[in-house]
Amino acid sequence: MAVSAARRRMAASEQLAGWAFVTPGVAVIMLFGAVPIAWSAVMSFQRNNLVSPSTPLAGLKNYRQMVHDPIVAQAIQHTLVYTALFVPGTMLAGLFLAVAMNRKVRFISLYRTAAYATMAISTISEAIVFIWLFDPSYGIANYLLGLIGVPPQQFLNSPSQALYVIVVMTVWGWTGFATIIYLAALQGIPQTLLEAAAIDGAGPWRTFRRVTLPLLSPASLFLAVWLTINALQLFDEVYLSTQGGPLNATTVLVYYLYDQAFQQFNFGYASAIAYFLFLVIIVITAIQFRVGRRFTYYRS
Amino acid sequence: MTATSATSAPARGAVRASASGGVSPARRRWRLPFSPWHLVLVPATLVLIFPFVWLLVTSVETPSEALHFPPVLVPHTLRFANYPDALNSAPFGRFFLNSAVVAVATVLSNLVLCSLAGYAFARFRFLGRGALFAVIMATLMVPFQVTMIPQFIITKWLGVHVLAAVGIDHIGALILPNAATAFGIFFLRQFFRTLPLEYEESARVDGASRLTILVRIVLPLATPALATLAALTFLDSWNNFLWPLIAITSTNQMTLPLGLATFQGAHSTEWPLLMAGNVMSLVPMLVIFFVAQRYFVRSVAATGLAGT
Repeated sequence: MAVSAARRRMAASEQLAGWAFVTPGVAVIMLFGAVPIAWSAVMSFQRNNLVSPSTPLAGLKNYRQMVHDPIVAQAIQHTLVYTALFVPGTMLAGLFLAVAMNRKVRFISLYRTAAYATMAISTISEAIVFIWLFDPSYGIANYLLGLIGVPPQQFLNSPSQALYVIVVMTVWGWTGFATIIYLAALQGIPQTLLEAAAIDGAGPWRTFRRVTLPLLSPASLFLAVWLTINALQLFDEVYLSTQGGPLNATTVLVYYLYDQAFQQFNFGYASAIAYFLFLVIIVITAIQFRVGRRFTYYRS
Repeated sequence: MTATSATSAPARGAVRASASGGVSPARRRWRLPFSPWHLVLVPATLVLIFPFVWLLVTSVETPSEALHFPPVLVPHTLRFANYPDALNSAPFGRFFLNSAVVAVATVLSNLVLCSLAGYAFARFRFLGRGALFAVIMATLMVPFQVTMIPQFIITKWLGVHVLAAVGIDHIGALILPNAATAFGIFFLRQFFRTLPLEYEESARVDGASRLTILVRIVLPLATPALATLAALTFLDSWNNFLWPLIAITSTNQMTLPLGLATFQGAHSTEWPLLMAGNVMSLVPMLVIFFVAQRYFVRSVAATGLAGT
């Protein structure tokens, strides 16, 4: 009797402590996470804009409008093209640098710091520098191209080039991140495996292809998923460099969503686009895990 | 990290050296006096730092040198006046201060709130624990774009009806919604669960309160996880742009990225001025990064390894 009473008192105090400990943090996440998620789901079915004060339910109107909106179709295309270039580009750059930097040569910490430093740069600082590098009239990119005989390009002013310039600037900005991840994974590879491959007569390239790369596959899967999620949410560089132009050539989903929400104040329509983006992220991430699992090798 | 950076190069070199013991003098002539990897590392590094270098060069050029084609690679005189000029046209000191206040406050409140919640989720049994944790995990997967419109409306309401300091157009609006994060709670909960229970149990027998156990026993053991969370939260807060863009309109409440973006909009062709402002905006973070490089690198690497 006495024991069970004590245990009950103990359990009651644990209840109390549990709630006391989680309440402040959970309250913030409820108010600014869970409630908004439900709210914007409701809003996506409403005719919600600043023009009319009432917000009547409008069924699937916003979603139907999305299907027929040519700019949404363009935004999807630009987002996917951007992602398909940015993700492999960043991974290859990171892999190349990590392999080159995974050795004890002189100045190695200087080399590494140079790669990592790109991580300390905000997207805004990065975008301003690259707008200047790629300025059509005075930028050094056109000067360097001129040295090898290429005529001046319009870059961010050109509908056919602007998106690719944004790929270049964002790959540069994320290279440090990818390098850190790959370098950490490379340093986790046991020497004995590489030595065994060398003794078995595998050259450096074969060892890399058959031993190192498979052992890096968990890091590769992580990077692919992480970079894709970020790529699908591209906004800062577009906002700063092109505002979606020229001729909507760089209008990506999040930029259009921002434009609809906070320039046109179509909250209902913007919420529908946001949920569509969420769906795209879920589907692509799920596919990556599915496909990735087949090619991923876990040692433990 | 650097301690374990023994690499494949020496091993491979050793094998090859023993295999080619009797190399003729003619072949040995081709040996470089330094590791051939420098031939790869030097150009790669130059490409990486070139934007920084060009940023610095432009920031001390005169306007006519900047608006010249072909570009002036070496300025004739170093026009450092661009820096005070930039400071006169935008309050970069204020932007920096706002960014620092927001980042530090966000980091501290995350450390406190996520530790408390993460510990309770890891160790206590209480009614609704499973459901609450499931909701938190669900918010973790939803992108910010889904929540930003209601977050804007809620923040606006809070500012008007509850407390102006956390409302729209005040830096409080940049702190409160990120004061605790689902990632932080999840991350610390996972870490707390890996700690051995014995210390906590014996402290409990000695009559220590739960809060005392958390503060005196658990948190000291969790220093690496706390450092990682602090570094990642700091980077996130410092670089955040979309939410400040929506929530802030007054110049004196702007953080560095937003202030810099606004400055760029107003002076889009005054390149030396713009670059001087840009240098001033990124130098503080670069310094912080260099000083705490070990922590940042380890934290980023930890997310990658945890994810794999």
